[in-house]
Amino acid sequence: MNPLLQVKGIEKRYGARIGCRDVSFDLYPSEVMGIVGESGSGKSTLLNCMAGHLQPDAGQVIFDTRADGPVDTVTMSEPERRMLSRTDWAFVHQHARDGLRVTISAGGNIGERLMAVGERHYGAIRGRAIDWLGRVEIDETRVDDRPSAFSGGMQQRLQIARNLVTGPRLVFMDEPTGGLDVSVQARLLDLLRGLVREMGLSAVIVTHDLAVVRLLADRLMVMKDGHVVEAGLTDQVLDDPQHAYTQLLVSSVLQV
Amino acid sequence: MNEYNFAYLDEQTKRMIRRAILKGLAVPGYQVPFASREMPMPYGWGTGGVQVSAATLTPKDTLKVIDQGADDTTNAVSIRKFFENTAGVETTEETEKATVIQTRHRIPEAKLREDQIIVYQVPIPEPLRFLEPRETETRKMHSLEEYGLMHVKLYEDISQHGAISTAYAYPVYVSDRYVMDPSPIPKFDNPKLEMDAIQLFGAGREQRIYAIPPHTKVVSLDFEDYPFEATKAEHCCDLCGAEDSYLDEVIMDDAGNRMFVCSDTDYCRSRREAGHMGRLAGENAA
Repeated sequence: MNPLLQVKGIEKRYGARIGCRDVSFDLYPSEVMGIVGESGSGKSTLLNCMAGHLQPDAGQVIFDTRADGPVDTVTMSEPERRMLSRTDWAFVHQHARDGLRVTISAGGNIGERLMAVGERHYGAIRGRAIDWLGRVEIDETRVDDRPSAFSGGMQQRLQIARNLVTGPRLVFMDEPTGGLDVSVQARLLDLLRGLVREMGLSAVIVTHDLAVVRLLADRLMVMKDGHVVEAGLTDQVLDDPQHAYTQLLVSSVLQV
Repeated sequence: MNEYNFAYLDEQTKRMIRRAILKGLAVPGYQVPFASREMPMPYGWGTGGVQVSAATLTPKDTLKVIDQGADDTTNAVSIRKFFENTAGVETTEETEKATVIQTRHRIPEAKLREDQIIVYQVPIPEPLRFLEPRETETRKMHSLEEYGLMHVKLYEDISQHGAISTAYAYPVYVSDRYVMDPSPIPKFDNPKLEMDAIQLFGAGREQRIYAIPPHTKVVSLDFEDYPFEATKAEHCCDLCGAEDSYLDEVIMDDAGNRMFVCSDTDYCRSRREAGHMGRLAGENAA
């Protein structure tokens, strides 16, 4: 089986400072990769480099496209990359408002990607929007409400629906549960876990919450100061941390 | 005659504007930036249209100016006088006789010919502006043909009002390439955008010129299950009886009486002269 995503030697600098450096890994279909680390460790920089939001200074991000097989997305033309990012890729922002159009109804938000790839039947678009609202547990009577009238957890679920409606193969998530209270977090994680299984999604999840990766991720990378200090199976890394920083991270989790 | 250069603008400026017009005609629907000049009228009163007209006029031309279809409103009268003074060209109120027609918010009812040019005044040339406020981003969307967002607006219309409620400045897709704002003409006029005459659009404040050459394919955006409809008031003209023209609704008194009249005053007058009569014809409506 070919890897869906191959990251090779990604480096991003902000002037003299290092954003992330020499990061390499492979992601296989239906696999979920977690990236943990403290604030400023370069995990968001890495994610944005992979998703094409930032131009890395060195390295390759090779994606196994449906049409042409493995292609380096860093050097691919912008129209192609933007096409990828609204068909095969999805990006879930930490703050739902960054990923939603708050002045447009929930249905319009979900339908935007469909219309962007050429869907021109109102009834079909609306049907898919209502179907997806149901799948992310939002009542279908809210389809014409604006996201600004939604709670934080609902906004986050709406953002997920908006991203997954075109059936992407790879999802980038930046702290998807950040800022939500624990019961809402738990339901969101449950939902994500269901969708990942059901749709066979591959995902890269950046978070500082170890519980999130414990539940969702098959494999884990630990980052510190822009470097990967430890990588392996999630349970192995969390139960038997080798690097001093990982040990600190694991032992810092509050036990209730 | 007077101390103005022909048609007010200096020759260098007119050349600059003509270059922009030619580029616009070569790339139908593409917004060409140009160095818009200060004109002796406020922005929003047709500074873009006036500059395009000035660059287009020759001494032999006959100019017609309309505002919402009418030849006798403030804006139309002022611009007509402006060119009478600065260019000394002949002016007319008859669509037939004009070679250059400057218009605000209407296309004349009479079919335009290949030897005519129609110049539109455009307030906001960017059809994506209210959906995406960043100019850098809208330019990128045009260059990459990312027009999904335009349909999101129409989707919102249907979901809120049960139909596409956009009634004017209805977005069109020009020559299978650019999404374009046809200026705030009623969508009743949209089908006329495929015409024999040259169509030029000037936006003074926004510093953009664009164009549709004759016989260019112009499609109004819609959904398969909610097709585009060119709508007008469900009446006929109370003065000339026309059933096919775009109508203005005029409130007559405090008792709620109203009348519908052609917004194209020249069309209405020519029909009345030919003997057509509407419901209130003969009465002293004014």
